[in-house]
Amino acid sequence: MGILSWLILIPFLTALAVIFTPDSKKIRWVALIGTGIHLVVTAVASWRYLELIQGNFDSKALFTQLQMTEKLPWFASLGIQYFLGVDGISMLMTILTSIIIFTGVLASWDVENRAREFYSLLLILVTGVFGVFLSFDLFLFFMFYEVAVLPMYLLIGVWGTGPKEYSAMKLTLMLMVGSALLLVGFLALYHGSGLHTFDFTQIATVRFPKEFQFWVFPTIFIGFGILGALYPFHTWSPDGHASAPTAVSMLHAGVLMKMGGYGALRIAVYLLPDGAKDWGLFFMGLTTINILYGAFGAIKQKDLKFFTAYSSVSHCGMVLFGVASLNMLGFKGAVYQMFSHGIMTGLFFSLIGMVYGRTHTRIISEMGGIAKVMPWLATCFYIGGFASLGLPGLAGFVAESHIFLGGFFGNVWSDITVMRILTILATMSIVVTAVYVLRGLGSVFLGPITDHHFDGLTDAKLTEKLCTGILVATLIFAGVFPIFMGHMIEGSLVPILNRLQASGALAAIGH
Amino acid sequence: MGEWITNSAWLITALPLFSFIIVGLFLRPLNEKLAAGVATASIGLAWLSSLLLASHYFSAEVSAEAQKTLIPWTVEWLKFQEGVTVNFGVLLDPISVMMLVVVTTVSFLVHFYSLSYMHGESGYGRYFTYLNLFTFSMLGLVVAPNIFQTYFFWELVGVSSFLLIGFYYQKPSAVAASKKAFIVTRFADLGFFIGILILGYFGFKISGEIQTGSQPLDYAFLTHPEVLKAFLNLHLANGNSLLALALLLVFMGAAGKSAMFPLHIWLPDAMEGPTPVSALIHAATMVVAGVYLVARLFPVFSTVPDVLTVIAGIGLFTSAFAAIIACTQDDIKRVLAFSTLSQLGYMMFSLGLATMAEPLGYTASMFHLFTHAFFKALLFLGAGSIIHAVHSNDVWEMGGLKKKMPITHITFAMAVLAIAGIWPFSGFFSKDEILATALHGEHYVHFIGGLLVAGLTAFYMARIYFLSFWGKARTEKSSHAHESSWVMLAPLGFLALLSLTTGFIPFAEFVKIGAPLQQEGIDLHVAIPGTLMALLGLSLSAWMYTGTLNVPKKISVALGQFYVAIKNKFYVDEVYSFITHQIIFRFVAAPVAWFDRNVVDGGVNLTGAAMRGWSSALTLIQTGQLQTYLLWFVFGTVTASLLLWGIFLGMV
Repeated sequence: MGILSWLILIPFLTALAVIFTPDSKKIRWVALIGTGIHLVVTAVASWRYLELIQGNFDSKALFTQLQMTEKLPWFASLGIQYFLGVDGISMLMTILTSIIIFTGVLASWDVENRAREFYSLLLILVTGVFGVFLSFDLFLFFMFYEVAVLPMYLLIGVWGTGPKEYSAMKLTLMLMVGSALLLVGFLALYHGSGLHTFDFTQIATVRFPKEFQFWVFPTIFIGFGILGALYPFHTWSPDGHASAPTAVSMLHAGVLMKMGGYGALRIAVYLLPDGAKDWGLFFMGLTTINILYGAFGAIKQKDLKFFTAYSSVSHCGMVLFGVASLNMLGFKGAVYQMFSHGIMTGLFFSLIGMVYGRTHTRIISEMGGIAKVMPWLATCFYIGGFASLGLPGLAGFVAESHIFLGGFFGNVWSDITVMRILTILATMSIVVTAVYVLRGLGSVFLGPITDHHFDGLTDAKLTEKLCTGILVATLIFAGVFPIFMGHMIEGSLVPILNRLQASGALAAIGH
Repeated sequence: MGEWITNSAWLITALPLFSFIIVGLFLRPLNEKLAAGVATASIGLAWLSSLLLASHYFSAEVSAEAQKTLIPWTVEWLKFQEGVTVNFGVLLDPISVMMLVVVTTVSFLVHFYSLSYMHGESGYGRYFTYLNLFTFSMLGLVVAPNIFQTYFFWELVGVSSFLLIGFYYQKPSAVAASKKAFIVTRFADLGFFIGILILGYFGFKISGEIQTGSQPLDYAFLTHPEVLKAFLNLHLANGNSLLALALLLVFMGAAGKSAMFPLHIWLPDAMEGPTPVSALIHAATMVVAGVYLVARLFPVFSTVPDVLTVIAGIGLFTSAFAAIIACTQDDIKRVLAFSTLSQLGYMMFSLGLATMAEPLGYTASMFHLFTHAFFKALLFLGAGSIIHAVHSNDVWEMGGLKKKMPITHITFAMAVLAIAGIWPFSGFFSKDEILATALHGEHYVHFIGGLLVAGLTAFYMARIYFLSFWGKARTEKSSHAHESSWVMLAPLGFLALLSLTTGFIPFAEFVKIGAPLQQEGIDLHVAIPGTLMALLGLSLSAWMYTGTLNVPKKISVALGQFYVAIKNKFYVDEVYSFITHQIIFRFVAAPVAWFDRNVVDGGVNLTGAAMRGWSSALTLIQTGQLQTYLLWFVFGTVTASLLLWGIFLGMV
């Protein structure tokens, strides 16, 4: 069994171990060790991946190929395989997920209510996520996709706060609509290709008729878009995040929403390039709305979680904006943004959980001046905030500058003037983001302490410092040394661009 | 010989970074005093290194070849795509070396001064960490060899400024001021960023045609004559020059950082930060970044004269506007802030009047930047010394400090003479050059305007000088004031020395661009009216603000509403506040939030409700009661029979 299978199995085995741990106090340790092992294995896998592409940097072919593939027939009669592989995009997403689940376990250190069920569901969910990022068979992909989405219902419904049943129901139903669209799209690809296979790499060799692509592309893109908070299908996100427990919000905003962007790029754009060209500008427009709308919406939020959720709508909009701009810069920016937003929002939600655990409120106006008693948490929150407003030196800046340059550079299939206007509109979000981040964080942390109950509160504990410290360090590392990530993902975007250009007029990257 | 000096120039930037990391992560939690000491020492080292570098770079023997542009250190930071790579590096040319000296000098003195000034404040170590971060960012900005690196550090100085303005984070006014500073400059940076997008894209296209050996965002590329020619051939759909648009957008960023009207509103409020911070960031270094950027891109700006005209106009307006406001402010730091605005306007309009054929304005602007950094830092540090002693910023609560704080008094007076432009202080020389630029270029509006501003400057600077040092102590606190410690006075003395001597530096030999300068030395056509205006301002001020102090009141009453408008800074802040709160928040943000919760989400809930409605309608039918079923059965049968019967009889 290859290393990729282990990457999927480890969380699942950890979930089993959690179920069979006799002492309920030790569950969290089991989960932490399991996810810790996973982090190590991920590091080994990424190292090996980098070595593989490094050694073959000159022969572009291997540089752009899937690595470490594992293939087993499953339902041979239907053309379904157990097909795992990894390229730069999957690798980066795996690293992201591994970091988020590890820190997520640390952030839920104090969960005592039905801890066994909580941790095992969390780990099963994340098993699905790894499966999604590593499988290259559409059927397998879909299966893992559902494994990742469904436990959310229970996790929010049982361990949530506020109107949790309503939120869980809404979130699940909306995501199910997305899944239904995806299923329709996938079956159309399966039948349309005529190859009788769900193998992704084989479907990618087929030129689907234009008419076919015109209908199937939006189906799949919207299917993923619902998970990626595409306007106007984003409304599950504020309610869902507000009701979810900390680790679930972290995973959901940090990782699950990335599956939307990942699928949109990997499946919708890659497999249906002509559809992407027809619809690119439309979705660029929609995501421009996302970016600005989320940012303006965040200004007026009263609850910290809603605040972060709207900011996520804005930032996830940037992911899809990059995907829709259909060039190297945009794609790269989208992948960077998935990583950077994943870490950033993971940091935000973990911090909100920690602050809430102390102040017992998430209402912004009820807090004030708590930086005095929680300097660590305040510092981390500000670093996350700066990343979110695109401060150079942190991950968000690299992502945003790619995305905006990508939009501005345009492509040959869409009206470049419109693309530029949309890009300039989208860049305005960097000001609006500064406004809501500084206002929001300022009224929570700065100024005099507004409530004397806050005087006695304590700063982060060791587990909390570890959790936030890892996330902050990742944000800084990714922002200061972006070249590592660029190196990892660049080659993997070439096939997508080639396929776009094969059916287009010009054939230079980013024209 | 001396090669190693230029090759190690990266160390100057790296030192504050290392000390920022070490102090911030390890020393600060351990021992705040040690942290402050290490932070100061590292900047001291950087200071000595840049002095060494400058003396090597400008020394006569090597000047011939060394004053070329050098890039002794560079590393690939980010590859956007094939042909668009961003390299981080160190660029040495006359203005960057000059700026290295300015930044490290003022930064070191401010660090040193703060050892005493900030003593006993909570967050002592945090303060020095931020100062290190700022110094690192500023140095990175100064040595940037490409516009992307400039933007990178541009934002970082913005955030360090934010952190330092909001240093007293429990004070609401400081929090508000820091937010304002960040958001206003961010808004300006949006223009800068879009400008970079334009330059990046078209630069990329041009770089495909013209081989220059540099990347599209490098200054070497942007200022390349062939590239400029290609840029000038590009036009917008309506026929306007594309380059002009890009440069106006870049200038928007510069105007934000250098607080040009109407983006100036953040600077006076930024005085909420600790006074040494105001001296470093909001007087001597960060705020001149905008001027520096325009100077850095001057070969590009000079190809589009219309943009330079705009710059000159905005510069002159800001200069006069701020000088008028400065005459009415009572907070000593705010007066200094407005005077900074006014002097920045001076630098900007001087640049705007320069051309490649007659580049005196360029040299003059850089000269003024250089001299201003020292005397303005001195003014702020002097004000800090006063505030430290009197515990108030209000000039009306001071008075009579001449005897109690003799060294502060002497040094402050020297700085006032320097900014007023009195020979032999440094301001005289640089201001003279700026006015000479205006006169010789036959820009009479700018010349007259510049002279008037010079008079106003002398007037309001003397005003705060007389009000704080002369007369009698007007409050209890100021009567008990006493001189500051030597740690604070030493930087004052050193800066006073610089204010006296830097004017004599033959600056034009070191920093120049384009054609050789026509005239050097003092031009009496300029020096005489300039000095007369300064003397007029000083003596008017002396007459009004020494003695009974009745005259100012009478004048303010006589001016009536006009005075009130000036005092309220022409209500620009109110206009901004109205636009953001009453228009953007109220008519954009709030409706978006409402729309999302009620319309978009309402749609989702409606779908859900419709589903539930259908299902409950269906459950009504299936009650599980036999009687109901029987009733429906009978009802249905009867209806069906009737219908059938009707159809059968042909009645329906």
